[in-house]
Amino acid sequence: MEKETIISARNLIKKFGHFTANDNLTFEVKKGEIFGFLGANGAGKTTAIRILCGLSSPTSGEVKVAGFDIYHETEKIKKNIGYMSQKFSLYEDLTISENIKLYAGIYGIGRKQRKVKEAELLQKLELEKVKNKLIGDLPLGWKQKLAFSVAIFHDPKIVFLDEPTGGVDPVTRRKFWDLIYEAAHNGITVFVTTHYMDEAEYCDRVSIMNAGKIEALDTPAKLKEKYKATNMDEVFLKIAR
Amino acid sequence: MIFVVPIMQMLILVFAATYDMKRIDLVVVDHDMSENSRHLIAKFDGIPFFHVHHLEQSEKLAEDKLLNDEADAILVFPVDFERNLIRDDEAKVQLLINAIESNSAQLIYSYSANIISDFNKNIIADWKGIPEFTPPTKVEITENYWYNPELDYKWFMAPGILAILVTIIGMFMSGMNLVREKEIGTIEQLNVTPLKKYQFIIGKLVPFWIIGLFDLAFGLTIAWIVFDLPIVGSLFTLFFMAGIYLIGVLGLGLFISTVADTQQQVMFVSFFFMMIFILMGGIFTPVESMPNWAQTIDRLNPIYYFMRVMRMVVLKGSNISDLLRELVSLSILGITFLSLAIWRYRKTA
Repeated sequence: MEKETIISARNLIKKFGHFTANDNLTFEVKKGEIFGFLGANGAGKTTAIRILCGLSSPTSGEVKVAGFDIYHETEKIKKNIGYMSQKFSLYEDLTISENIKLYAGIYGIGRKQRKVKEAELLQKLELEKVKNKLIGDLPLGWKQKLAFSVAIFHDPKIVFLDEPTGGVDPVTRRKFWDLIYEAAHNGITVFVTTHYMDEAEYCDRVSIMNAGKIEALDTPAKLKEKYKATNMDEVFLKIAR
Repeated sequence: MIFVVPIMQMLILVFAATYDMKRIDLVVVDHDMSENSRHLIAKFDGIPFFHVHHLEQSEKLAEDKLLNDEADAILVFPVDFERNLIRDDEAKVQLLINAIESNSAQLIYSYSANIISDFNKNIIADWKGIPEFTPPTKVEITENYWYNPELDYKWFMAPGILAILVTIIGMFMSGMNLVREKEIGTIEQLNVTPLKKYQFIIGKLVPFWIIGLFDLAFGLTIAWIVFDLPIVGSLFTLFFMAGIYLIGVLGLGLFISTVADTQQQVMFVSFFFMMIFILMGGIFTPVESMPNWAQTIDRLNPIYYFMRVMRMVVLKGSNISDLLRELVSLSILGITFLSLAIWRYRKTA
């Protein structure tokens, strides 16, 4: 059975002055998918993800996220998505608990439900002992996992991850991907940008961007077949040249 | 920090920013050396803040004293001072005042004029005896300074300095806070939430509003203890007006930071507004004596209204009905600045 489409972009264009950051992007993301958005630095991944999250408006094109129009229904979209930027953006001068409380409050999660979910989250991430510590004092790997957990705390339909594992060691990255799988298993659609090609293998489908354009879009297996490559790294190098 | 800085500011500025002349150095050049000239000099010497010294014999030397700032004024008696006084019933002295600071110069002049007119009354009485002829009918002024009977400059400055203090804290802190979130990126995380624009701005406003009012209470207590500042009016009126005022100031601070991208920009723009607002606000110079165009601009200056409120309530005990114009103006400015901040805040770049 064909799964329902949760993100659709048609001829999405974003220009900054004369520079075209996103050139005619057309793609669809299905519900429950882990969708990888690959590309070199400056290929336009972050621009696209910011548009999908409503942080930036496109120059032209038709975009729908969670069934809502990107131009007129951004606030409705925002209720249904979670976002984790490449820059760590929880409040470093608040404790773990306080950060959770803040975002639970913004999304209108009640006190009781918050306590239950917070306990669950802290147990899963093994952060119970440091829940009253300032976030600024935590190591980067913990921060990233926490940022991800906070981004999906309100059970969004889609979570957007912009290079979530930048600067993190391979072991922590592997653990981070366990969290992503778990979220996907719970029905959350995951839209993730990365430039680590090993991570691309973990995705259901990937699109590869180069200079603002989508050059390829398929499952990792089919892409490897098409480009006669043994791994995603080779595929990427063939496309990006 | 939030508490130490205001105390320092209160203590230093209120004591320092005074127009009271505590010491006037007067150089006397007496070419007459008569009984009457000595008499008048003695009168000056009798006033505690007049320091009469250096009885120079030449004007040139006296002028040097004026030039190197050792003297504030020179009093010159001409050779025939006493003779003219006796023969013509009229004699002249010359008073040269250092008028670099026009305020001080005027004070020295009016003090001196008082002393000399006092001297005049005395010689008329001394020489002519008690009313030889009927003295001309005269209207005399007896002063009674209301609201600040001892003309204590500190009482005038303290409420003004407090107004500035609350403004600085409000404008800088709110402005810096928001733009700092832009710099470190936490604002992005908020912008992808369904948080409404007004909720965000109000959320940024409330903490600083409370801190501002708290600092005002704190400053008033210090002024009351240290300067013996009487608080004649009701505290409720004062804090009610301060609350409205702070909404405007914080709104302006937030508005600036929605436009700015860095803390430097906020500093620069806020500082620009602060300088104009403070200098035109009437703390040092009365607004009534400014040119008309400046007074018109001052209608947009929240400090101008709040400065009046502070002084009127603290020193005179004015109540809300006396302050209707200020109340209305501050409310309009508050709503305007706050609306601008909400309108200009962008969740989508």
